[in-house]
Amino acid sequence: MRKAFFPLLLVTSAMFAYAPVVIAHADYESTMGLVQKVMYFHAPSGMVMLISAVVCGVASALYLWKKDPAADRVAIAAAELAALFGLIVLVTGPLWARKAWGVWWVWEARLTMSFVGWLITVGYLFVRKYGGPGSDKLAAGLAVFGTANVPFIYVSVNIWRTMHPMTTVVPTLQPGMRGAFWFSALTLFMLYGLLLAARVHLERQRTALDQLYLAEED
Amino acid sequence: MFLRTALLVLRKDFAIEVKSREILYTTLLFALSCVLVFSIAFVKEGEPLEDAAAGILWIAIEFAGTLALGRTFERERYGETLRALLLAPAPRAAIYVGKMLGIVVLLAVCELLLVPLVALLFRSRLFEEPVLLLALLLTGTVGFAVVGSLFAAMLVRARTRDVMLPILLYPMTVPLMIGGVRGTVALTQTPVDQPSAIMWIVLLLCMDAVFLVLALWTFEPLMTE
Repeated sequence: MRKAFFPLLLVTSAMFAYAPVVIAHADYESTMGLVQKVMYFHAPSGMVMLISAVVCGVASALYLWKKDPAADRVAIAAAELAALFGLIVLVTGPLWARKAWGVWWVWEARLTMSFVGWLITVGYLFVRKYGGPGSDKLAAGLAVFGTANVPFIYVSVNIWRTMHPMTTVVPTLQPGMRGAFWFSALTLFMLYGLLLAARVHLERQRTALDQLYLAEED
Repeated sequence: MFLRTALLVLRKDFAIEVKSREILYTTLLFALSCVLVFSIAFVKEGEPLEDAAAGILWIAIEFAGTLALGRTFERERYGETLRALLLAPAPRAAIYVGKMLGIVVLLAVCELLLVPLVALLFRSRLFEEPVLLLALLLTGTVGFAVVGSLFAAMLVRARTRDVMLPILLYPMTVPLMIGGVRGTVALTQTPVDQPSAIMWIVLLLCMDAVFLVLALWTFEPLMTE
C-alpha cells in the first residue's frame, strides 16, 4: 500500500479535478434543476459512510475477541471517516431536500437512519476521546452493538412512510447520468481508501511514539 | 450455577434497595417530573395532543431508566465492591444478568405508577388491551435494561460516565423506543389496531433476543481489566 499511495493519490486528485466537468456534462434533470447535481456528491458519500461503518464494526469485533491492535487502528480510522462522510451526507441532504421537497428535513426512514447512525458513530469517537483508560474496548463494544442494531433501525424506521428515493434508483439511472454518477462514486471510494490508509498509518505511528515515551520513562 | 449467581446478585441489590429505597424513590420522582415537563409541551388549551400519551410514557421510562442505571453502578463503585463482584468465582455473564434483572424489576415498579398516571392525566385509552400493553411494556423494558446495563457497566470506570451513558444509550435504543411508542399508539387508537401492536411486540422480542445474546457475549471481554 505504501508504494501505491502516492501514484493513487495523484490519480484521485486528477479524478477530483475532472469530476466537475463530468458532472456538468451529465444530463440535466428538468424538474429539480441544477440542485439535482448534489446527487453526485451526496449519494456516493452515503455509500462511503455505510462502508466505513461496516469496516468499523467488523474491525471492532476482531479487536474485541482476537485482541489484535491492528484491527483497533482500522476501527478508529474507519469511525472517524464514517463521521466525516456522514456529516457530508447530513449537510448536502437538506440542501437538496430544500429545493426538491420544499423542506430542509423530514422525519422519514432514511434520514432518521442516517442521523441515528451518525450519532452512534460520533458516540464511538466520544468514548475514545473522553472514555479514559480502557476506552478502546468500550468503543469496540459500542461499535459491535451499533452494527448489530443497523437492521433493527432499518426495519423500525422503514415502517414509517418513505419519501427518500429507494435503493432501486441508482441501477435505473438514465445513461446520461449513470457514467457521471459512477465516476463520482469511484473518485470518492478511492479518496476513502487513501484517507483510511493514511489514518491507519498515523495511528500506528502514534502508538509507536507512545510506546517509545513509555520505554523512555522506564 | 448461572441462574443461582444471577438471582444472588439480584437479591443482594434488592436487600440494599429495600433498606434505603434511594434509587426507587428518586427514579419514581424523576419519572413524575418528566411527565409534568412534557405536559407543558404536549397539552394545547387543556387538551392533550393526539398520541402524546404514548410518547410521554416511553420517554419517561427511558429517562428514568437511564437515571436508575447510572445510580445502580455508581453504588457499586462508591462502595468499591465492583472489583469484589468481578473477582467472585462465578460466571461474569451471571453477574450481568443479575444486574439487568434488577433494572427490569425497578422499571416495572415505576411503570406500575406511570402507566395509570399517564392514562389518567392525558385521557389515553391505555387499558383497552391490557395483555398486549403488558407484553409491549415487558419487551420494551427488557430490551432497554439489556442494552443499558451493559453500557452502564462498561462506563463505570470512565470519568465522564454521567454524560456518556445517555449519549450512547439514546441512539442505540432508538428502534426500541420506536417499537414501544408506535405499539402503544396502535393500542390507544379507536378502534384498537391489534395487528400493528402484535407486529411491534414481535419485533421488540427479536431485538431483546439479539441484544441479550450480544451482551452476554461481550460482557466478559469488556469487563476484563
